[in-house]
Amino acid sequence: MYFCRKYNKLMVNIDEFIVKVEEEFEDLQNGALKSNSIIKEHFNWDSINALIFIAHINVEYGVVINAEDLVNSITIQDLFDIVKSREGVTK
Amino acid sequence: MAIFSIPNIKIAGISVAVPAKEYNNRDYDLISEKERENLIKMVGVEKRRVADKGTATSDLCFFATGKLLDDLRWDREEIELLIFVSQSRDYLIPATAGILQDKLGLTKQCMALDISLGCSGYVYGLSVMGSLMNTGKIKKGLLLVGDVSTMNTSSRDKSTFPLFGDAGTVTAMEYDEGSYPMSFNLQTDGAGYKAIIIPDGGIRNFASKEKSFKFEKFAEGIERNRLHIALDGIEVFNFSLREVAPNVRELLSRFSVNIDDVDYFIMHQANKIMNETVRKQLKIPQEKYPYSIHEFGNTSSASIPLTIVSCIKEQIREQKLKLLLSGFGVGLSWGSVLLDMERIICPEVLEYWSEGVNG
Repeated sequence: MYFCRKYNKLMVNIDEFIVKVEEEFEDLQNGALKSNSIIKEHFNWDSINALIFIAHINVEYGVVINAEDLVNSITIQDLFDIVKSREGVTK
Repeated sequence: MAIFSIPNIKIAGISVAVPAKEYNNRDYDLISEKERENLIKMVGVEKRRVADKGTATSDLCFFATGKLLDDLRWDREEIELLIFVSQSRDYLIPATAGILQDKLGLTKQCMALDISLGCSGYVYGLSVMGSLMNTGKIKKGLLLVGDVSTMNTSSRDKSTFPLFGDAGTVTAMEYDEGSYPMSFNLQTDGAGYKAIIIPDGGIRNFASKEKSFKFEKFAEGIERNRLHIALDGIEVFNFSLREVAPNVRELLSRFSVNIDDVDYFIMHQANKIMNETVRKQLKIPQEKYPYSIHEFGNTSSASIPLTIVSCIKEQIREQKLKLLLSGFGVGLSWGSVLLDMERIICPEVLEYWSEGVNG
C-alpha cells in the first residue's frame, strides 16, 4: 500500500519562493534576493546551511533536492527551476 | 512487507546510564564561534556525554540494569532472555550478550545474543525480544541497547565529532497474556550502507598499519582516518526525509490509529533540522514530540529510551500512554513501533563514573 501526499502549497512564482527563503534564513534581509542573484554571494553551503535549505524545500514544496543541486545552481532562478521541475513528481 | 503485531508482551521498566563526563559544544574550537552557535541552534546538540577511554557500552548498560532490577525487585533466576543491541561491542569476538549474562548473575538457562544495529536498533530489538518471548512464553527478558560512539569519531571532523554522545540503556520486558500488542513497520535499504560507515577494522578491510591510521582531509574541518566513523550528512538527511514519514504513516494507517490518538512520538534523536522536518511532514504538534538531543546529542541506538527517560518519565511512571517510537539511520535501516506503556518503573537518568568510583 502506498500513500501519496498532496501538497496544497503549490508554488506560484519565484517571488513567493524568494520571500519564503528570506524568511527561513535569518541573516538574509527582506528584499536581499532577486531571481538573478548569484547564490554564492549570499549562501555559504556548509553542511548546516545546506541541510536547512533542503529541509525548507521539502517542507514547503514536498520536493527533495540534493547537495549537487545546491552547488550546481548559479542563480536563485536556477534553484527555483529545479524545484519547479520536481514538483508533483512522486518519488 | 515487515508490518506485524506481537501480542502478550508488556514493558515493565526502562533505565538509562550516561557517562558523568559532559562535553559542551561551545568549547569546540575547531570551528568558529558563529559556526558553534549555528550548530547548537540548528543541529540541536549543545551538550553531550562522553565515555572515558576503556568504558564500553556494556558497562553503561550493566550499570543501568543493576538499578532497574533492584527497583523492579526481579529475581535474576527468572530472566531467560538477554539481547544486546549495539555497534560498539566489547570485542570482535565473542558476543557481548554472554559477557553481560554472566556479569549480571543470570543463570545458564538464559538465551543471549547480540544484534548489530544503530539508530534503528531499539525498535528492531523490541521486535526480536517480543517475538521470542511471545513464541516461547518466556516470562522475563532484558533488552540492553546503547552505544559509545565518541570513541570512533575524529576530533578533527566537524561533521561527526560534535554530534554524538554516549549512553547505555535497559528495557525490562514481561510475558503478560492480554497485553496490548506492539505493532511494527520495519524496513531496510542496504544500498545505502556507505552513508554511515567505519571502513576499516572489520573483516572486509582488516585494520592495517599502512592504511587505517592515516588521516585524510575531505574538506575544511573534515579530517579523519579509516577507523573513524564517516557520515554523509546530506545522504542520510535525504534518506530520512524520504522514508521516515511514509513508514510512520503506513504503520498508523494499517492499525487504524490517528496522530491524535498517540500521546508521544519518540524519535531517534538524529539532528534537530532533520527531526523537525519529519515532524512537519507528519504534522505532529510540538508538545507530542520531545527532544533530548540538546542535552545528550545523538546517542545512536540509545536515543529513544534516553528520550523517554529524560523527557516523559513522570508521565510514564503514573499513566498509560500510547507511544510511537521511530528509529532511522545507519544500515540504512529504519522502523517504527506503536505500543502502550503503563506505569512502568523508570529511574532518573543515571551517571556512570569510570571503574572504581561506582563502588
